[in-house]
Amino acid sequence: MTAVRTVSGKAVSLPLDDIDTDVIFPARYLLHTEKKGLGRFAFHDRPEIVAAFEAAGHPQILVAGANFGCGSSREHAVWALAGLGLRAVIAPSFGEIFRGNCANNAVIAAAVDARHIGGLHAAAAAGGEIAVDLEAQEVRADTLAVPFAIPAGDREMLLEGWNTTTRLLALHGEAIAHFENRQRAERPWLWNKDETTP
Amino acid sequence: MTDTKNAQTLYDRLWSDHVVARGQQGRDLLYIDRHILHEVSTPQSFELLRENHLEVRRPETQLAVPDHAVPTRDRGAGIREELARRQVALLEANCRAFGIEYIPLTDERQGIVHVIAPEQGFTIPGITIVCGDSHTATHGAFGALAFGIGASECGTQMATQCLWQTRAKTMRVTFTGALPAHVTTKDMILALIGRIGASGGSGYALEFAGEAVRAASMEARMTLCNMAIEAGSRVGLVAPDDTTIAYLDGRPRAPQGRSWDQAVAHWRTLRSDDEAFEREVEIDAAALAPQVTYGTSPDQVIGVDETVPEASRHTMDYMGLNVGQPLAGLPVDYAFIGSCTNSRIEDLRAAAALIRGRTVAPGVTAMVVPGSTMVKRQAEAEGLDKLFTAAGFEWHEAGCSLCVAMNGDRVPEGKRSISTSNRNFEGRQGAGARTHLASPAMVCAAALAGRIVDVRKEHVS
Repeated sequence: MTAVRTVSGKAVSLPLDDIDTDVIFPARYLLHTEKKGLGRFAFHDRPEIVAAFEAAGHPQILVAGANFGCGSSREHAVWALAGLGLRAVIAPSFGEIFRGNCANNAVIAAAVDARHIGGLHAAAAAGGEIAVDLEAQEVRADTLAVPFAIPAGDREMLLEGWNTTTRLLALHGEAIAHFENRQRAERPWLWNKDETTP
Repeated sequence: MTDTKNAQTLYDRLWSDHVVARGQQGRDLLYIDRHILHEVSTPQSFELLRENHLEVRRPETQLAVPDHAVPTRDRGAGIREELARRQVALLEANCRAFGIEYIPLTDERQGIVHVIAPEQGFTIPGITIVCGDSHTATHGAFGALAFGIGASECGTQMATQCLWQTRAKTMRVTFTGALPAHVTTKDMILALIGRIGASGGSGYALEFAGEAVRAASMEARMTLCNMAIEAGSRVGLVAPDDTTIAYLDGRPRAPQGRSWDQAVAHWRTLRSDDEAFEREVEIDAAALAPQVTYGTSPDQVIGVDETVPEASRHTMDYMGLNVGQPLAGLPVDYAFIGSCTNSRIEDLRAAAALIRGRTVAPGVTAMVVPGSTMVKRQAEAEGLDKLFTAAGFEWHEAGCSLCVAMNGDRVPEGKRSISTSNRNFEGRQGAGARTHLASPAMVCAAALAGRIVDVRKEHVS
């Protein structure tokens, strides 16, 4: 995954709470088995949102409402947003699975205090540039500078551009094997008798 | 694997039992014992394995079944829709390539992931279990740490048998008293979501307790845990007890013989200490009315005897409702009994028991979609299918069907549906479809009446 430090550029404002992943990516398009090219399905049944993205002129940042990305675990929602060119989403809170999916796709999910979101919506709607600085954990727009929260593990992974899976195996392979040996002894019913320990 | 700390919740015990490595700020590397796969969330997970030249670490801990995209009628003809056919074929091919057991569409074990895994005894207490599906919390009904993940995480789990997770706070939801007649665990969970909101459980693991939970069957507990995500929580738990153990005894994949005894001894230790919870919510189950949603978020829910409260103009327009209007009496076009929330044998029995020789109201499309082929066969052995079809309900093959509307089953734009599923989101049952969530008995009663009715008043002895 490519490392992310700061995302800055145009932003689009979507000031609605509880935008779920069915709104972001309608279920009927889940039959597609690829990751790329899914941007064309983003917000497909909400033309007014698609129009807002077009009016903002290829925004890299979405300023959203509370509980953004709640509902279904579909990672297609993040692939579709990334397909539209988004590299950061700013909201007062996120659906938890969606937030994790963002981190796995080089998209910053920046949680800002609810009292600051109004100013960011205004900045986005006014067409100004917004910067999401992952190192400083700060969102900047005009005269605004607002801190944001992101799980430390997600931040580190994004900053370093790590591959979660291969890094996990390289760093913790021994600990995993140790755990498995112990579990096999203490909880033998979780293991098939003829299964070879990895 | 032994933790001697005092005052722990069930969640804490399950968590501690699976920590492989400690991280920072409450994030730990957790061992994930089992993974259920379906066709929609795993094509890209297998790509992740291929791109990184990785294998599946423990194929024995994986179980795959198609459910979301599969047709629920005319299955003899195979899957007509080309994209769906290719997606299901891809799951089968990926499972073959990586050595994972695949349950085909024609197998009696086929069905919705969250119905078949417990049915097979693949879900047992004390384990960690994941699936690329947000309703994985269902399995928490067994006292398993179960949560939904994204497709990338599915790939990571398959390759490493681990996931980095941030430990949640714990919230106990106690349902006091006994449920009144015709009120169910579906009404309990909807009432909770209405109380704490669609993000009220964010950052928390929920544990359900109290008299109404202890009295509930495993099927009813699964309904309760299933919708934890609709309150924003990835995890919903019930501590295992005699009901849990009796349900699992003899299931094909449950431990057998000496292993069973060892496992049960461990399962008996899986419970919470009273003082360990960070937040407590109490709901009087005895005072609950049947719940029905009125909006496009699952927390927009009221008792069937109440009137529609304030909501945004957009929501009211989408739903075709006015503030102050009673829900009872509202005509419906579709009635759906199915989904991982309410498609188990007890759900079908509760609905069928209301029919009593009546028929579906003119103009209503009513369908029953069992959660698994085994549930379907059980229902047929009990004659429930005949009760449903004689009343004018469609009787389908197992799958997700009208809960997610990606298999050809769809509610047309502007039509009103009453549904036993879990989400009333815009477009969830089809673009422009208006969904009201309710229990199986409420959905059946509405199908027969042609309008939303209070099932408690339907009862004729």
